[in-house]
Amino acid sequence: MAKADFSSPNVLIYPALKTGKLEVIADAMAREVITDDNGKATGVSYVSKEDMLEYQVDGRVVILAASACETARLLLNSKSQRHPNGLANSSNVVGKYLQDSNGTAMGGYLPELFGRKRYNEDGVGGMHVYTPWWLDNKKLDFPRGYHIEYWGGFGQPAYGFGMGMQGINGKYAVNGKKKEAGGYGASLKEDQRYFYGANVGMAGRGEAVAFEHNKCEIDPNTVDKYGIPVLRFDVTQSDHEIKQAKHMKETFREMMHNMGAVITWGDDGTPENKYGLDKPGYIIHEAGTARMGDNAKTSALNKWSQAHDCNNLFCVDGSQFTSQADKNITWTILALSMRASEYIIDEMKKQNL
Amino acid sequence: MKRRESLKYIAASALASATLAAGCKPGEKKEEAAKEAFKPGVHRYEDELQELKALENMPKFFNEHEIATITILGDIIIPKDAVSGSASEAKVPDFIEFTVKDQPKFQVPMRGGLKWLDMFCLKKFNKSFKDCSEQQRIEVVDLIAYPERAKGKSELTQGVAFFSTIRDLTATGFYTSEMGVKDLGYAGNKPNQWNGVPDDVLKQYGMAYTPRELEVCLSFDA
Repeated sequence: MAKADFSSPNVLIYPALKTGKLEVIADAMAREVITDDNGKATGVSYVSKEDMLEYQVDGRVVILAASACETARLLLNSKSQRHPNGLANSSNVVGKYLQDSNGTAMGGYLPELFGRKRYNEDGVGGMHVYTPWWLDNKKLDFPRGYHIEYWGGFGQPAYGFGMGMQGINGKYAVNGKKKEAGGYGASLKEDQRYFYGANVGMAGRGEAVAFEHNKCEIDPNTVDKYGIPVLRFDVTQSDHEIKQAKHMKETFREMMHNMGAVITWGDDGTPENKYGLDKPGYIIHEAGTARMGDNAKTSALNKWSQAHDCNNLFCVDGSQFTSQADKNITWTILALSMRASEYIIDEMKKQNL
Repeated sequence: MKRRESLKYIAASALASATLAAGCKPGEKKEEAAKEAFKPGVHRYEDELQELKALENMPKFFNEHEIATITILGDIIIPKDAVSGSASEAKVPDFIEFTVKDQPKFQVPMRGGLKWLDMFCLKKFNKSFKDCSEQQRIEVVDLIAYPERAKGKSELTQGVAFFSTIRDLTATGFYTSEMGVKDLGYAGNKPNQWNGVPDDVLKQYGMAYTPRELEVCLSFDA
Protein backbone atom coordinates (compact mmCIF):
# COMPACT_ATOMS: atom_id res chain seq x y z
CA MET A 1 0.00 0.00 0.00
CA ALA A 2 1.28 3.41 -0.88
CA LYS A 3 1.90 5.54 2.17
CA ALA A 4 1.58 9.19 1.42
CA ASP A 5 2.74 11.56 4.13
CA PHE A 6 -0.87 12.31 4.85
CA SER A 7 -4.04 10.52 3.87
CA SER A 8 -7.25 10.24 5.83
CA PRO A 9 -7.18 6.42 6.03
CA ASN A 10 -3.57 6.17 7.16
CA VAL A 11 -3.35 9.10 9.52
CA LEU A 12 -6.89 9.42 10.88
CA ILE A 13 -9.12 6.42 10.28
CA TYR A 14 -6.87 3.39 10.85
CA PRO A 15 -5.35 4.72 14.07
CA ALA A 16 -8.84 5.64 15.31
CA LEU A 17 -10.10 2.15 14.46
CA LYS A 18 -7.23 0.68 16.46
CA THR A 19 -8.60 2.29 19.62
CA GLY A 20 -11.60 0.01 19.29
CA LYS A 21 -13.86 2.97 19.97
CA LEU A 22 -14.72 3.80 16.39
CA GLU A 23 -17.29 2.16 14.21
CA VAL A 24 -17.43 3.18 10.58
CA ILE A 25 -20.68 2.78 8.74
CA ALA A 26 -19.76 2.87 5.08
CA ASP A 27 -22.12 3.15 2.10
CA ALA A 28 -24.49 5.23 4.17
CA MET A 29 -26.10 8.40 2.83
CA ALA A 30 -27.06 10.77 5.63
CA ARG A 31 -30.62 12.05 5.31
CA GLU A 32 -30.97 14.45 8.22
CA VAL A 33 -29.89 15.33 11.71
CA ILE A 34 -32.55 14.25 14.20
CA THR A 35 -33.43 16.67 17.00
CA ASP A 36 -35.63 16.31 20.09
CA ASP A 37 -38.39 18.57 21.37
CA ASN A 38 -35.81 20.81 23.01
CA GLY A 39 -34.02 21.30 19.72
CA LYS A 40 -31.01 19.21 20.76
CA ALA A 41 -29.41 16.91 18.21
CA THR A 42 -30.00 13.25 19.07
CA GLY A 43 -28.56 11.49 16.04
CA VAL A 44 -28.48 11.12 12.29
CA SER A 45 -30.82 9.21 10.03
CA TYR A 46 -29.39 7.64 6.92
CA VAL A 47 -30.25 5.36 4.06
CA SER A 48 -28.05 2.37 3.35
CA LYS A 49 -26.85 2.39 -0.24
CA GLU A 50 -26.75 -1.40 -0.16
CA ASP A 51 -30.27 -2.32 0.93
CA MET A 52 -31.93 1.09 0.49
CA LEU A 53 -33.40 0.78 4.00
CA GLU A 54 -33.59 3.56 6.55
CA TYR A 55 -31.41 3.52 9.67
CA GLN A 56 -30.56 5.83 12.49
CA VAL A 57 -27.55 6.34 14.74
CA ASP A 58 -27.93 8.10 18.07
CA GLY A 59 -25.30 10.26 19.69
CA ARG A 60 -24.66 12.60 22.55
CA VAL A 61 -22.98 14.95 20.10
CA VAL A 62 -23.42 15.15 16.33
CA ILE A 63 -20.46 16.34 14.27
CA LEU A 64 -20.86 17.03 10.57
CA ALA A 65 -17.83 16.72 8.31
CA ALA A 66 -19.68 16.15 5.08
CA SER A 67 -17.93 18.88 3.02
CA ALA A 68 -19.20 22.43 2.82
CA CYS A 69 -22.11 21.92 0.47
CA GLU A 70 -23.29 18.56 1.83
CA THR A 71 -23.20 19.92 5.36
CA ALA A 72 -25.39 22.83 4.28
CA ARG A 73 -27.69 20.38 2.55
CA LEU A 74 -28.00 18.25 5.68
CA LEU A 75 -28.67 21.27 7.87
CA LEU A 76 -31.26 22.72 5.51
CA ASN A 77 -32.94 19.34 5.16
CA SER A 78 -33.11 18.92 8.96
CA LYS A 79 -36.23 20.94 9.58
CA SER A 80 -38.23 20.54 12.78
CA GLN A 81 -40.61 22.52 14.92
CA ARG A 82 -37.70 23.94 16.87
CA HIS A 83 -35.65 24.51 13.73
CA PRO A 84 -38.21 25.50 11.10
CA ASN A 85 -35.63 27.12 8.82
CA GLY A 86 -33.34 24.10 8.91
CA LEU A 87 -31.00 23.15 11.73
CA ALA A 88 -28.58 25.82 13.02
CA ASN A 89 -30.12 28.32 10.65
CA SER A 90 -32.03 30.90 12.69
CA SER A 91 -29.51 33.37 11.25
CA ASN A 92 -30.54 32.33 7.74
CA VAL A 93 -26.89 32.15 6.64
CA VAL A 94 -26.66 28.39 6.03
CA GLY A 95 -25.79 27.81 2.37
CA LYS A 96 -24.75 31.42 1.88
CA TYR A 97 -21.27 32.91 1.44
CA LEU A 98 -20.36 29.88 -0.67
CA GLN A 99 -16.85 30.36 -2.06
CA ASP A 100 -14.17 28.48 -3.97
CA SER A 101 -10.58 29.36 -4.82
CA ASN A 102 -10.02 31.39 -7.98
CA GLY A 103 -8.18 29.43 -10.59
CA THR A 104 -6.69 29.82 -14.02
CA ALA A 105 -3.69 28.28 -15.74
CA MET A 106 -1.29 28.53 -18.66
CA GLY A 107 1.23 26.17 -20.21
CA GLY A 108 3.61 25.51 -23.04
CA TYR A 109 7.08 24.25 -23.89
CA LEU A 110 10.53 25.18 -22.84
CA PRO A 111 12.65 24.69 -25.99
CA GLU A 112 15.78 24.61 -23.85
CA LEU A 113 14.55 21.24 -22.57
CA PHE A 114 13.86 19.61 -25.94
CA GLY A 115 15.57 16.25 -26.39
CA ARG A 116 17.12 16.25 -22.94
CA LYS A 117 18.61 13.37 -21.00
CA ARG A 118 16.13 11.03 -19.28
CA TYR A 119 16.05 10.52 -15.55
CA ASN A 120 13.51 9.95 -12.81
CA GLU A 121 11.60 13.19 -12.39
CA ASP A 122 8.57 11.88 -10.51
CA GLY A 123 7.40 14.41 -8.01
CA VAL A 124 8.48 17.39 -10.06
CA GLY A 125 5.14 17.82 -11.75
CA GLY A 126 2.58 17.26 -9.08
CA MET A 127 4.03 18.65 -5.91
CA HIS A 128 3.24 22.12 -4.75
CA VAL A 129 6.42 23.94 -5.63
CA TYR A 130 4.87 27.30 -5.39
CA THR A 131 5.24 31.04 -5.19
CA PRO A 132 3.33 32.53 -2.27
CA TRP A 133 1.51 35.84 -2.75
CA TRP A 134 4.17 38.51 -3.10
CA LEU A 135 2.49 41.83 -3.95
CA ASP A 136 1.04 44.81 -2.16
CA ASN A 137 -2.70 45.11 -2.80
CA LYS A 138 -2.62 48.90 -2.36
CA LYS A 139 -1.09 49.11 -5.81
CA LEU A 140 -3.54 46.67 -7.39
CA ASP A 141 -7.13 46.85 -8.56
CA PHE A 142 -8.29 43.75 -6.69
CA PRO A 143 -8.20 42.67 -3.04
CA ARG A 144 -6.40 39.65 -1.60
CA GLY A 145 -3.99 37.46 -3.45
CA TYR A 146 -3.03 34.19 -5.07
CA HIS A 147 -0.18 31.75 -5.21
CA ILE A 148 1.29 30.03 -8.26
CA GLU A 149 1.84 26.29 -8.58
CA TYR A 150 4.15 24.86 -11.23
CA TRP A 151 4.43 21.62 -13.13
CA GLY A 152 6.39 19.99 -15.91
CA GLY A 153 8.90 17.23 -16.42
CA PHE A 154 9.12 13.61 -17.50
CA GLY A 155 5.69 12.60 -16.28
CA GLN A 156 4.35 9.09 -16.59
CA PRO A 157 2.58 8.89 -19.95
CA ALA A 158 -1.17 8.62 -19.43
CA TYR A 159 -4.21 8.84 -21.69
CA GLY A 160 -3.84 11.95 -23.82
CA PHE A 161 -0.06 11.68 -24.08
CA GLY A 162 1.20 12.24 -27.61
CA MET A 163 -2.01 13.78 -28.87
CA GLY A 164 -2.08 17.04 -30.82
CA MET A 165 1.39 16.59 -32.31
CA GLN A 166 0.32 18.55 -35.40
CA GLY A 167 0.10 21.64 -33.18
CA ILE A 168 3.71 21.31 -32.03
CA ASN A 169 6.02 19.57 -34.48
CA GLY A 170 5.71 22.15 -37.25
CA LYS A 171 6.75 24.97 -34.94
CA TYR A 172 10.20 23.85 -33.83
CA ALA A 173 13.09 22.18 -35.55
CA VAL A 174 13.41 18.59 -34.34
CA ASN A 175 17.03 17.61 -33.82
CA GLY A 176 17.94 20.48 -36.11
CA LYS A 177 15.43 19.62 -38.87
CA LYS A 178 12.46 21.81 -39.68
CA LYS A 179 9.38 19.65 -40.31
CA GLU A 180 5.89 19.99 -41.62
CA ALA A 181 3.16 19.96 -38.94
CA GLY A 182 1.51 16.55 -38.59
CA GLY A 183 3.13 13.57 -40.24
CA TYR A 184 3.52 9.94 -39.31
CA GLY A 185 5.99 7.08 -39.13
CA ALA A 186 9.56 7.07 -37.81
CA SER A 187 9.58 10.86 -38.03
CA LEU A 188 6.55 11.07 -35.69
CA LYS A 189 8.25 8.75 -33.22
CA GLU A 190 11.31 10.99 -33.29
CA ASP A 191 9.10 14.01 -32.55
CA GLN A 192 7.40 12.32 -29.60
CA ARG A 193 10.78 11.55 -28.02
CA TYR A 194 12.13 15.03 -28.75
CA PHE A 195 9.26 16.97 -27.13
CA TYR A 196 8.83 14.63 -24.14
CA GLY A 197 9.62 16.28 -20.84
CA ALA A 198 9.81 19.83 -22.19
CA ASN A 199 6.35 20.95 -21.12
CA VAL A 200 5.95 23.53 -18.41
CA GLY A 201 2.88 25.07 -16.89
CA MET A 202 1.55 27.02 -13.98
CA ALA A 203 -1.75 27.59 -12.24
CA GLY A 204 -2.91 30.36 -9.97
CA ARG A 205 -5.02 29.68 -6.91
CA GLY A 206 -6.46 32.79 -5.40
CA GLU A 207 -8.70 33.99 -2.64
CA ALA A 208 -12.26 34.79 -3.66
CA VAL A 209 -14.26 37.37 -1.77
CA ALA A 210 -17.19 35.78 0.07
CA PHE A 211 -20.58 37.29 -0.72
CA GLU A 212 -23.91 36.56 0.94
CA HIS A 213 -25.61 36.29 -2.45
CA ASN A 214 -23.35 33.42 -3.53
CA LYS A 215 -25.24 30.44 -2.22
CA CYS A 216 -26.51 26.92 -2.38
CA GLU A 217 -30.06 26.20 -1.28
CA ILE A 218 -32.52 23.33 -1.32
CA ASP A 219 -34.05 22.84 -4.76
CA PRO A 220 -37.80 22.81 -4.09
CA ASN A 221 -38.51 20.45 -7.01
CA THR A 222 -35.73 17.88 -7.11
CA VAL A 223 -34.64 14.91 -5.02
CA ASP A 224 -31.80 12.42 -5.47
CA LYS A 225 -32.32 8.67 -5.85
CA TYR A 226 -32.68 8.33 -2.08
CA GLY A 227 -35.51 10.86 -2.06
CA ILE A 228 -33.33 13.48 -0.38
CA PRO A 229 -33.86 17.04 -1.66
CA VAL A 230 -30.80 18.22 -3.58
CA LEU A 231 -29.03 21.56 -3.65
CA ARG A 232 -29.15 24.15 -6.36
CA PHE A 233 -26.45 26.76 -6.75
CA ASP A 234 -26.37 30.46 -7.47
CA VAL A 235 -22.83 31.82 -7.55
CA THR A 236 -21.57 34.79 -9.54
CA GLN A 237 -17.93 35.73 -9.65
CA SER A 238 -17.36 39.40 -8.95
CA ASP A 239 -15.01 41.93 -10.52
CA HIS A 240 -12.52 41.16 -7.75
CA GLU A 241 -12.18 37.61 -8.97
CA ILE A 242 -12.07 38.54 -12.64
CA LYS A 243 -9.42 41.20 -12.11
CA GLN A 244 -7.37 38.73 -10.12
CA ALA A 245 -7.59 36.21 -12.97
CA LYS A 246 -6.45 38.92 -15.40
CA HIS A 247 -3.48 39.60 -13.16
CA MET A 248 -2.69 35.88 -13.02
CA LYS A 249 -2.67 35.62 -16.80
CA GLU A 250 -0.42 38.66 -17.14
CA THR A 251 1.98 37.28 -14.55
CA PHE A 252 2.07 33.83 -16.15
CA ARG A 253 2.70 35.30 -19.59
CA GLU A 254 5.57 37.38 -18.27
CA MET A 255 7.12 34.41 -16.48
CA MET A 256 6.77 32.11 -19.47
CA HIS A 257 8.30 34.77 -21.67
CA ASN A 258 11.20 35.45 -19.32
CA MET A 259 12.07 31.79 -18.94
CA GLY A 260 12.11 31.42 -22.70
CA ALA A 261 9.04 29.20 -22.89
CA VAL A 262 6.58 29.05 -25.76
CA ILE A 263 2.97 29.31 -24.62
CA THR A 264 0.73 26.74 -26.30
CA TRP A 265 -2.42 27.06 -24.23
CA GLY A 266 -4.13 29.24 -21.65
CA ASP A 267 -3.06 32.60 -23.08
CA ASP A 268 -6.55 33.35 -24.31
CA GLY A 269 -7.81 35.67 -21.57
CA THR A 270 -10.37 38.27 -22.59
CA PRO A 271 -12.95 40.25 -20.62
CA GLU A 272 -15.59 38.05 -22.28
CA ASN A 273 -14.18 34.79 -20.92
CA LYS A 274 -13.31 36.37 -17.56
CA TYR A 275 -9.63 35.90 -18.39
CA GLY A 276 -9.98 32.15 -18.23
CA LEU A 277 -11.19 32.19 -14.62
CA ASP A 278 -12.36 28.67 -13.79
CA LYS A 279 -16.01 28.25 -12.96
CA PRO A 280 -16.97 28.34 -9.28
CA GLY A 281 -16.59 24.83 -7.88
CA TYR A 282 -13.91 23.75 -10.33
CA ILE A 283 -11.06 24.11 -7.83
CA ILE A 284 -13.07 22.04 -5.29
CA HIS A 285 -12.21 24.23 -2.31
CA GLU A 286 -15.82 24.93 -1.42
CA ALA A 287 -16.27 26.69 1.90
CA GLY A 288 -18.36 29.21 3.80
CA THR A 289 -21.84 27.65 3.94
CA ALA A 290 -22.17 27.58 7.76
CA ARG A 291 -19.82 30.38 8.71
CA MET A 292 -18.59 30.85 12.24
CA GLY A 293 -18.81 34.09 14.18
CA ASP A 294 -19.57 35.58 17.58
CA ASN A 295 -22.90 37.00 16.50
CA ALA A 296 -25.64 34.36 16.34
CA LYS A 297 -27.67 36.62 14.06
CA THR A 298 -25.04 36.63 11.33
CA SER A 299 -23.33 33.26 11.72
CA ALA A 300 -24.31 29.60 12.13
CA LEU A 301 -21.43 28.43 14.33
CA ASN A 302 -19.45 29.91 17.19
CA LYS A 303 -15.66 29.97 17.34
CA TRP A 304 -15.61 26.33 18.49
CA SER A 305 -17.40 25.14 15.32
CA GLN A 306 -20.46 24.66 17.54
CA ALA A 307 -23.93 25.63 16.32
CA HIS A 308 -25.31 28.75 18.02
CA ASP A 309 -28.80 27.22 17.90
CA CYS A 310 -27.91 23.68 18.99
CA ASN A 311 -25.00 23.26 21.37
CA ASN A 312 -24.38 19.56 20.72
CA LEU A 313 -24.03 20.03 16.95
CA PHE A 314 -20.65 20.78 15.36
CA CYS A 315 -19.60 21.36 11.74
CA VAL A 316 -15.91 20.72 11.22
CA ASP A 317 -15.46 20.88 7.43
CA GLY A 318 -15.09 23.82 5.03
CA SER A 319 -18.58 25.07 5.89
CA GLN A 320 -17.32 26.90 8.98
CA PHE A 321 -14.95 29.22 7.07
CA THR A 322 -15.81 32.90 6.80
CA SER A 323 -13.11 33.34 4.17
CA GLN A 324 -10.27 31.19 2.96
CA ALA A 325 -6.67 31.96 2.19
CA ASP A 326 -5.37 31.30 -1.30
CA LYS A 327 -3.77 28.03 -0.19
CA ASN A 328 -5.76 24.80 0.07
CA ILE A 329 -8.20 24.65 2.96
CA THR A 330 -7.56 21.07 4.11
CA TRP A 331 -4.91 21.81 6.71
CA THR A 332 -7.06 24.51 8.27
CA ILE A 333 -10.00 22.11 8.33
CA LEU A 334 -7.81 19.60 10.19
CA ALA A 335 -6.64 22.22 12.67
CA LEU A 336 -10.17 23.46 13.33
CA SER A 337 -11.40 19.87 13.69
CA MET A 338 -8.75 19.13 16.27
CA ARG A 339 -9.61 22.33 18.10
CA ALA A 340 -13.31 21.49 18.08
CA SER A 341 -12.56 17.92 19.25
CA GLU A 342 -10.58 19.17 22.22
CA TYR A 343 -13.37 21.59 23.06
CA ILE A 344 -15.95 18.79 22.89
CA ILE A 345 -13.91 16.61 25.26
CA ASP A 346 -13.51 19.52 27.61
CA GLU A 347 -17.20 20.37 27.54
CA MET A 348 -18.14 16.74 28.08
CA LYS A 349 -15.87 16.60 31.13
CA LYS A 350 -17.58 19.71 32.45
CA GLN A 351 -20.89 18.01 31.71
CA ASN A 352 -21.97 20.85 29.47
CA LEU A 353 -22.55 18.40 26.66
CA MET B 1 -34.65 0.70 13.27
CA LYS B 2 -31.43 1.15 15.10
CA ARG B 3 -27.79 0.96 14.26
CA ARG B 4 -26.81 -1.88 12.03
CA GLU B 5 -24.83 -4.73 13.47
CA SER B 6 -22.88 -5.26 10.33
CA LEU B 7 -20.12 -2.79 9.83
CA LYS B 8 -17.87 -2.69 6.86
CA TYR B 9 -15.15 -0.83 8.55
CA ILE B 10 -12.39 -1.65 6.16
CA ALA B 11 -14.52 -0.25 3.39
CA ALA B 12 -13.90 3.14 4.91
CA SER B 13 -10.55 2.99 3.27
CA ALA B 14 -10.61 3.75 -0.39
CA LEU B 15 -7.45 1.72 -0.73
CA ALA B 16 -9.12 -1.47 0.32
CA SER B 17 -12.49 -1.02 -1.28
CA ALA B 18 -11.70 -2.72 -4.59
CA THR B 19 -11.04 -6.07 -3.00
CA LEU B 20 -13.99 -5.80 -0.65
CA ALA B 21 -16.20 -5.02 -3.57
CA ALA B 22 -15.73 -8.60 -4.66
CA GLY B 23 -18.25 -9.48 -1.99
CA CYS B 24 -16.47 -10.14 1.28
CA LYS B 25 -18.96 -9.93 4.09
CA PRO B 26 -17.77 -8.12 7.19
CA GLY B 27 -16.14 -10.33 9.73
CA GLU B 28 -15.34 -13.11 7.35
CA LYS B 29 -12.36 -13.22 5.06
CA LYS B 30 -11.09 -10.06 6.67
CA GLU B 31 -7.55 -11.32 6.64
CA GLU B 32 -7.63 -12.32 3.02
CA ALA B 33 -9.10 -8.95 2.17
CA ALA B 34 -6.32 -7.16 4.01
CA LYS B 35 -3.71 -9.29 2.24
CA GLU B 36 -5.35 -8.61 -1.11
CA ALA B 37 -5.33 -4.90 -0.44
CA PHE B 38 -1.54 -4.94 -0.08
CA LYS B 39 -0.97 -6.72 -3.38
CA PRO B 40 0.77 -4.48 -5.89
CA GLY B 41 -0.99 -3.91 -9.18
CA VAL B 42 -3.71 -1.87 -10.76
CA HIS B 43 -6.24 -0.58 -8.29
CA ARG B 44 -9.83 -0.16 -9.39
CA TYR B 45 -12.87 0.97 -7.47
CA GLU B 46 -16.07 -1.04 -7.54
CA ASP B 47 -17.80 1.29 -9.98
CA GLU B 48 -14.74 1.26 -12.24
CA LEU B 49 -14.70 -2.54 -12.21
CA GLN B 50 -18.35 -2.59 -13.14
CA GLU B 51 -17.75 -0.15 -15.96
CA LEU B 52 -14.83 -2.19 -17.25
CA LYS B 53 -16.88 -5.35 -17.14
CA ALA B 54 -19.72 -3.66 -18.98
CA LEU B 55 -17.25 -2.51 -21.66
CA GLU B 56 -15.78 -5.99 -21.99
CA ASN B 57 -19.24 -7.44 -22.42
CA MET B 58 -20.18 -5.02 -25.18
CA PRO B 59 -20.23 -6.48 -28.68
CA LYS B 60 -17.31 -5.50 -30.89
CA PHE B 61 -17.75 -2.00 -32.27
CA PHE B 62 -15.50 -2.27 -35.31
CA ASN B 63 -16.10 -4.95 -37.91
CA GLU B 64 -13.22 -7.01 -39.32
CA HIS B 65 -12.66 -4.72 -42.27
CA GLU B 66 -12.55 -1.65 -40.03
CA ILE B 67 -10.15 -3.17 -37.52
CA ALA B 68 -7.88 -4.37 -40.35
CA THR B 69 -7.83 -0.81 -41.72
CA ILE B 70 -7.10 0.59 -38.24
CA THR B 71 -4.23 -1.89 -37.89
CA ILE B 72 -2.69 -0.88 -41.23
CA LEU B 73 -3.08 2.85 -40.48
CA GLY B 74 -1.72 2.39 -36.96
CA ASP B 75 1.43 0.75 -38.25
CA ILE B 76 1.90 3.53 -40.80
CA ILE B 77 1.60 6.09 -37.97
CA ILE B 78 3.78 4.17 -35.50
CA PRO B 79 5.99 1.68 -37.40
CA LYS B 80 8.67 -0.49 -35.88
CA ASP B 81 12.02 1.29 -35.76
CA ALA B 82 15.41 0.80 -34.12
CA VAL B 83 14.08 1.82 -30.70
CA SER B 84 10.71 0.12 -30.40
CA GLY B 85 8.03 -1.92 -32.13
CA SER B 86 4.93 -0.95 -34.06
CA ALA B 87 1.48 0.16 -32.99
CA SER B 88 0.00 -3.28 -33.66
CA GLU B 89 2.79 -4.93 -31.65
CA ALA B 90 1.74 -2.71 -28.75
CA LYS B 91 -1.90 -3.81 -29.30
CA VAL B 92 -3.04 -0.32 -30.31
CA PRO B 93 -6.02 -1.65 -32.35
CA ASP B 94 -7.37 -3.24 -29.12
CA PHE B 95 -6.84 0.07 -27.36
CA ILE B 96 -8.81 1.91 -30.03
CA GLU B 97 -11.62 -0.67 -29.89
CA PHE B 98 -11.74 -0.12 -26.12
CA THR B 99 -11.54 3.66 -26.35
CA VAL B 100 -14.47 4.10 -28.73
CA LYS B 101 -16.61 2.12 -26.27
CA ASP B 102 -15.21 4.00 -23.30
CA GLN B 103 -15.67 7.36 -25.04
CA PRO B 104 -18.55 7.02 -27.49
CA LYS B 105 -17.83 10.51 -28.88
CA PHE B 106 -15.15 8.80 -31.01
CA GLN B 107 -17.54 6.31 -32.61
CA VAL B 108 -18.99 8.43 -35.41
CA PRO B 109 -15.72 10.22 -36.29
CA MET B 110 -13.87 6.89 -36.42
CA ARG B 111 -16.48 4.87 -38.32
CA GLY B 112 -17.25 7.75 -40.66
CA GLY B 113 -13.57 8.58 -41.11
CA LEU B 114 -12.72 5.02 -42.09
CA LYS B 115 -15.59 5.09 -44.56
CA TRP B 116 -14.39 8.42 -45.92
CA LEU B 117 -10.96 6.89 -46.45
CA ASP B 118 -12.39 3.88 -48.30
CA MET B 119 -14.57 6.08 -50.51
CA PHE B 120 -11.58 8.31 -51.30
CA CYS B 121 -9.47 5.28 -52.26
CA LEU B 122 -12.34 3.76 -54.23
CA LYS B 123 -12.60 6.90 -56.37
CA LYS B 124 -8.86 7.19 -56.77
CA PHE B 125 -7.75 3.56 -57.14
CA ASN B 126 -11.00 1.64 -57.44
CA LYS B 127 -10.10 -0.25 -54.23
CA SER B 128 -10.68 0.13 -50.50
CA PHE B 129 -7.73 1.49 -48.48
CA LYS B 130 -7.00 -1.99 -47.14
CA ASP B 131 -6.77 -3.44 -50.63
CA CYS B 132 -4.55 -0.68 -51.98
CA SER B 133 -0.85 -1.29 -52.53
CA GLU B 134 1.56 0.07 -49.92
CA GLN B 135 2.57 2.78 -52.32
CA GLN B 136 -1.05 3.81 -52.94
CA ARG B 137 -1.78 3.87 -49.21
CA ILE B 138 1.16 6.19 -48.54
CA GLU B 139 0.09 8.39 -51.43
CA VAL B 140 -3.30 8.86 -49.74
CA VAL B 141 -1.86 9.23 -46.24
CA ASP B 142 0.50 11.94 -47.49
CA LEU B 143 -2.53 13.90 -48.65
CA ILE B 144 -4.21 13.90 -45.24
CA ALA B 145 -1.33 13.69 -42.72
CA TYR B 146 -0.20 17.30 -43.03
CA PRO B 147 -2.92 19.82 -42.11
CA GLU B 148 -1.06 22.83 -43.54
CA ARG B 149 -0.53 21.16 -46.90
CA ALA B 150 -4.22 20.26 -47.18
CA LYS B 151 -5.52 23.61 -45.99
CA GLY B 152 -8.36 24.92 -48.15
CA LYS B 153 -8.64 21.73 -50.18
CA SER B 154 -12.28 20.96 -49.58
CA GLU B 155 -11.98 17.41 -50.92
CA LEU B 156 -9.40 16.61 -48.20
CA THR B 157 -10.30 18.51 -45.02
CA GLN B 158 -12.53 15.79 -43.53
CA GLY B 159 -9.82 13.25 -44.22
CA VAL B 160 -7.29 15.46 -42.44
CA ALA B 161 -9.56 15.67 -39.40
CA PHE B 162 -9.92 11.88 -39.38
CA PHE B 163 -6.20 11.30 -39.71
CA SER B 164 -5.49 13.70 -36.82
CA THR B 165 -7.96 11.71 -34.71
CA ILE B 166 -6.46 8.33 -35.49
CA ARG B 167 -2.93 9.73 -35.10
CA ASP B 168 -3.95 10.96 -31.63
CA LEU B 169 -5.49 7.63 -30.63
CA THR B 170 -2.61 5.61 -32.06
CA ALA B 171 0.03 7.77 -30.41
CA THR B 172 -1.64 7.82 -27.00
CA GLY B 173 -2.33 4.08 -27.19
CA PHE B 174 1.26 3.33 -28.11
CA TYR B 175 3.00 5.65 -25.65
CA THR B 176 0.90 4.49 -22.71
CA SER B 177 1.78 0.84 -23.46
CA GLU B 178 4.80 -0.78 -21.85
CA MET B 179 6.62 -0.65 -25.18
CA GLY B 180 5.88 3.05 -25.66
CA VAL B 181 6.82 4.00 -22.11
CA LYS B 182 10.19 2.28 -22.63
CA ASP B 183 10.63 4.03 -25.96
CA LEU B 184 10.21 7.42 -24.30
CA GLY B 185 12.63 6.49 -21.55
CA TYR B 186 10.28 7.30 -18.69
CA ALA B 187 12.41 6.53 -15.64
CA GLY B 188 10.02 7.10 -12.77
CA ASN B 189 7.46 5.03 -10.88
CA LYS B 190 10.20 3.83 -8.55
CA PRO B 191 9.16 4.75 -5.02
CA ASN B 192 11.92 5.59 -2.53
CA GLN B 193 14.63 5.41 -5.18
CA TRP B 194 15.06 9.03 -6.07
CA ASN B 195 18.57 10.38 -5.82
CA GLY B 196 17.94 13.79 -7.25
CA VAL B 197 18.83 15.20 -10.62
CA PRO B 198 21.95 13.47 -12.05
CA ASP B 199 25.23 15.40 -11.73
CA ASP B 200 25.84 15.75 -15.46
CA VAL B 201 22.34 17.19 -15.96
CA LEU B 202 22.88 19.72 -13.18
CA LYS B 203 26.18 20.74 -14.75
CA GLN B 204 24.55 21.12 -18.16
CA TYR B 205 22.20 23.76 -16.72
CA GLY B 206 24.83 25.36 -14.48
CA MET B 207 23.25 24.19 -11.23
CA ALA B 208 24.34 22.24 -8.17
CA TYR B 209 22.95 20.94 -4.92
CA THR B 210 24.19 22.42 -1.66
CA PRO B 211 25.89 19.99 0.76
CA ARG B 212 22.92 20.39 3.09
CA GLU B 213 20.44 19.47 0.31
CA LEU B 214 22.50 16.43 -0.51
CA GLU B 215 22.54 15.35 3.11
CA VAL B 216 18.97 16.13 4.14
CA CYS B 217 16.89 15.79 0.99
CA LEU B 218 18.67 13.36 -1.26
CA SER B 219 19.83 10.46 0.84
CA PHE B 220 17.70 7.39 0.78
CA ASP B 221 17.88 4.06 2.50
CA ALA B 222 18.19 1.30 -0.03
